[in-house]
Amino acid sequence: MTGLIGKRVPKLDAPKKTTGETRYLQDIELPGMLHGKILRSDRVHARIVRIDTDEAKALPGVHAVITAKDTPGVPLGHGKDNTPLKGDKVRCIRDEIAAVAAESEEIAEEALRLIRVEYEDLPAIFSPADALKEGAPVIHGKHPDNIPFRFDYAHGDVDAGKEESDIVIEDTFTLHFVTHCCMGVSGVIADFDSSGNLTLHSLTQIPFLFKKDISPVIGVPPGKIRVIQPVIGGGFGSKLDIYPFEPICVFLARAAKRPVRIVFTREEEFVASPTRQPVELTLASGVKKDGTLTFRDVRTLHDNGGYTSWGATTPFVIMQTISSLYRVPHCRYHTTVVYTNNPYSGSFRGYGNLQATFAVESHMDRLAEAVGMDPLAFRLHNAQEPGETTLQGMNFDTCGLRECLETASAKSGFLEKRRAYRSKQAGPVRRGIGIASLLHVGGGAKIYRTDGCGTILKLDDFGHATVMTGSTDIGQGSETVIAQFVAEELGIPISAINVVNNDSEITPWDVGVHASRTTFIAGNSALRAAKKAKDKLLAAAAKKADLSADGLDLRDGHVVDAATGKPIVELGKLIRSLHFTQRSDIVMTTEYYEPPSVMQDREFKGNVSASYAFGTQVVELEVDTETGIVRILKVTAAHDVGRVINQLGIEGQVEGGVVMGIGYATTEHLVVEEGVVKNPSFRDYKLVTAPETPEIDSTFIETIDPEGPAGAKGIGEAPAICISAAIVNAIHNATGVRFTELPLTPERVLRRLKEERE
Amino acid sequence: MSLKHEISFRLNGKPATLSVAAHNSTLELLREKLRLTGTKHGCGEGECGACTILVDGISVNACLMFAVDCDGREVTTIEGLRAEKGLSELQKAFVEEGAVQCGFCTPGMIAQATHLRNTCPGMNREEIRRGIEGNLCRCTGYKKIVDAISSSLEKRDS
Repeated sequence: MTGLIGKRVPKLDAPKKTTGETRYLQDIELPGMLHGKILRSDRVHARIVRIDTDEAKALPGVHAVITAKDTPGVPLGHGKDNTPLKGDKVRCIRDEIAAVAAESEEIAEEALRLIRVEYEDLPAIFSPADALKEGAPVIHGKHPDNIPFRFDYAHGDVDAGKEESDIVIEDTFTLHFVTHCCMGVSGVIADFDSSGNLTLHSLTQIPFLFKKDISPVIGVPPGKIRVIQPVIGGGFGSKLDIYPFEPICVFLARAAKRPVRIVFTREEEFVASPTRQPVELTLASGVKKDGTLTFRDVRTLHDNGGYTSWGATTPFVIMQTISSLYRVPHCRYHTTVVYTNNPYSGSFRGYGNLQATFAVESHMDRLAEAVGMDPLAFRLHNAQEPGETTLQGMNFDTCGLRECLETASAKSGFLEKRRAYRSKQAGPVRRGIGIASLLHVGGGAKIYRTDGCGTILKLDDFGHATVMTGSTDIGQGSETVIAQFVAEELGIPISAINVVNNDSEITPWDVGVHASRTTFIAGNSALRAAKKAKDKLLAAAAKKADLSADGLDLRDGHVVDAATGKPIVELGKLIRSLHFTQRSDIVMTTEYYEPPSVMQDREFKGNVSASYAFGTQVVELEVDTETGIVRILKVTAAHDVGRVINQLGIEGQVEGGVVMGIGYATTEHLVVEEGVVKNPSFRDYKLVTAPETPEIDSTFIETIDPEGPAGAKGIGEAPAICISAAIVNAIHNATGVRFTELPLTPERVLRRLKEERE
Repeated sequence: MSLKHEISFRLNGKPATLSVAAHNSTLELLREKLRLTGTKHGCGEGECGACTILVDGISVNACLMFAVDCDGREVTTIEGLRAEKGLSELQKAFVEEGAVQCGFCTPGMIAQATHLRNTCPGMNREEIRRGIEGNLCRCTGYKKIVDAISSSLEKRDS
């Protein structure tokens, strides 16, 4: 035991990142590499009449110009309703029309300017409600009603729930477009060898599914595709699907017979990378006079944009919060997903849960007020206990929701401050405090038949371990956590561990980095591989020394007597002795960890995750009633994380998630007008900057999950989920005004405050 | 044909003479011509700070500065901010305080923090936050970056 679990362990990749040595995709230049650029539609819905690429092809330095007619046109993406290049019509502003590979980015850009496209505009749709109207323009011929998906979920009997209720309230919540804003923009390098083997330097979060999914689109067998992931400059879910630029880059490389790199401009990143799913959500909730929740009835309308990526499937997560955040005896949920000519959404940290929790936790405050309970007591009254199974089938083997609520309230002085701020405040600047909680998957999410991750663990002659894991590090620090587990198990320092996690030729299969699953799933996989190696080493040492393996342990790079700590043999020496013999052997183990979760049934019921994460956040803020400016002063967060593995890393996840959630609630808005992104720059799309960040106080509730690695649960997404609800609850505490629409820009806040006064 | 200019300047302590096109930015000069890729291209519009470098000791967005304006200057990039042996105290603080996640903003943050350390050695947390206002980070929520800069203030590189 090296005592690494729960410590502040600096990230293994951090030193190189501080010196600029780390190579991101943008920094990689292969010999002979060309630069790819994509011509995108400047129409939102139009028939393509003609594309003329002659002039572009004639430009010196241009090696390939391709359009849809040069490609097989196999559909791609989660909904298979998109093609890499569009030949017949365009359906949104980002649509790919043609692509160029040239000797420099400048030449490629010049070539794009020389391509002439003739369009015939079609009537377009910009709001989901319009898409459902009789006679609305049809966006995909396959779906004449513009509805690619519907989701229905129910438990109990909502009508009976309404009967039981003393109070019923209903609101419509409107959630906006935001986007990931990874500091490293999207990109890919495609590199064929003369035998037709393809190496993709890809930022994908799903290297193995990526290989399988891109194969038919590009006509290369999966066995001939190698996915190498350079260091990724932020993911947050944006790289969970295949997007058109990836096969386009492959087509360019094939046509030019040279490696090709596509790297987006920042403007392109805003226009043509995924967004968070915008949602219009109508929630009716009921409660008895004693404060017991009776039902939730939800209808949502999702703007799917022009094509289907993962955004369309956010209902899977939305319904979990609707059905199971607190005890809800009766529940009904319906989503209609509709095509429009707007940009399309992908997955984004929290995956629908920010939207759902905003509505549910706003209502929790309203219901508490309606029955005359304080928001904390009301939530505690309805919170689940450990061991409960929700009516959607989620087993809360551990559940720290109550402790999260109590801890965040106590540490922030929630009840006292809430009372104090409620009484009339003098002056234009009003203080408020608000609370909200969350439920999210914490042990993976079984959306495929497997939710597993593979590990290969190899020990060298000197007692150093190489951990080949299928999991992907997007900056969150999974590499370090995996190394901690292995170091702890093998009794070697973390510096003696090298994690390989970025090459599909070497690493074993994994679903991908999503659903807050990597510490839990990849951690369990690595830990079990290390246990196997430990067993083998101890058995070998026991045999040599004629001792029982039960009495041995691994510590400080040695096999030791477990009771006394007395060293028996140095690890490297033991390993060398195993293969410098006639009956030789090496120490290499494999593990494929499959969590004990199940896929949901046809009714969306079942224990989809091996563990669930809970959290409560209390926000204290100021509202300037003369300017509408909301200033977040302090966030007190308490999260049920199972067990802390890396204190430094987990604080970083909470702080980053909280600030991302504050951005969602207050500053960020991808403004889409008539299908056109109006603010594709950091000048006009406002990320939260350092001076605007609040004090953040994080507490970790350790419920020690029996299935989690060393007791841990997943935490990656949770911190971003409930803060927008806590913010609107705090604004209500400060001003008496309730907001149901985000973001809470000064303009919106001031307008509402004025309306309320008048 | 674009006009070329010959420029001479000191880059990370060493003299450099080369010719650059009039329209080239310092960022293009560093990343594309000199292949010093530690300085990052985040937006190209001076909004994100990922390309922050030091020019005569003052922090500058390399994407907004013409390469010809390097003439006669002392230019320091992230490649020139390491200590004689290993990491500088500031870089160590970024590692130890957990200020690095995806790392894409980190070289620019380190350059900006170097400027702040040199010009306002006694700054408090509020001033540090104000000082890195022009450097965007999407991962960390900035707290640990402020921790790192703050804790580095007491330490000087030998």
